[in-house]
Amino acid sequence: MDELDRRIINLLQAGLPVVDEPYAAVAEQLGIEEDELLSRLQLLLDNKMLSRFGPMYDAQKMGGAFSLVAMKVPAPRFDEVAELVNSYPEVAHNYQRDHNFNLWFVIATETQQQIGEVNAEIEQRSGLQVYNFPKLAEYYVGLQLPV
Amino acid sequence: MPGLNTLQEPEAAGNTLLDAIDRKIIQATQAGLPLLSRPYDMIAQQTGLDAEEVIQRMRNMQVMGIIRRIAAVPNHYALGYRANGMTVWNVRDERIDELGPCVGALEFVSHCYQRPRALPDWPYNLFAMVHAHTREEAQSQVARIEELLGEDSQGHDVLYSTRILKKTGMRLLP
Repeated sequence: MDELDRRIINLLQAGLPVVDEPYAAVAEQLGIEEDELLSRLQLLLDNKMLSRFGPMYDAQKMGGAFSLVAMKVPAPRFDEVAELVNSYPEVAHNYQRDHNFNLWFVIATETQQQIGEVNAEIEQRSGLQVYNFPKLAEYYVGLQLPV
Repeated sequence: MPGLNTLQEPEAAGNTLLDAIDRKIIQATQAGLPLLSRPYDMIAQQTGLDAEEVIQRMRNMQVMGIIRRIAAVPNHYALGYRANGMTVWNVRDERIDELGPCVGALEFVSHCYQRPRALPDWPYNLFAMVHAHTREEAQSQVARIEELLGEDSQGHDVLYSTRILKKTGMRLLP
């Protein structure tokens, strides 16, 4: 990753407008050709420097629901349970953390009820307790990390 | 266009903000925006819609906050932010609404929420994600939060991510 890649990442964290040719304007801002911007973006995605590039949808604004859920998974079963949790399309993010609560995932669904259903199913299929930590208040969201 | 809206789609109770056309657009873009000079032409092709309509609807969704922004989501870990910690705090209930935004305003905090405790195992009700290059840097960030909360925090912990197991973002079911 070089200086240009860093500039691309920093600029594109802020967002693109919804216009016919959204990349052209960004390329011009960076002083490069649109083709080069597109191929660098593809490479950054392929190399996993970028997790995603595209519209960030807010489940809650759609009338949907998010929750943060945790589990305490015994070490020998960790990979098996992680894979089970990952298998749900409703699971948007899943992380291992250094704690006895070691599996943390975000569920994003269209309805509040679906969160309970997914949790109940994971609990039943894994035989492990699922701890639901829904958001009670949001104090701050938003981070753009300079690279 | 008649005929397109006869595709079977499950009824989602409480989901009155989106119609069938919006859902088609969301499904076509939730994995990412095409990396083409005219990406909305491609989405129009995939959904059987007019490019102009796709653009209009996505602009509407942005205005409604359904689309937060169209942007790059960096992989913090791959980009050198190796210490991504979920800091959790047991904050006095009567003070949390006042203190929460103060913690959230710190420059290294990306998300700050109040969540319910799960006693006795989990006594924490304030969750603040911090991002640092090293654990040492993260520890000093934790110290700053600790200082800010003072006696209104009766305990805290930090859970570092050791592995990203999945990071696809939300996926609308077809």
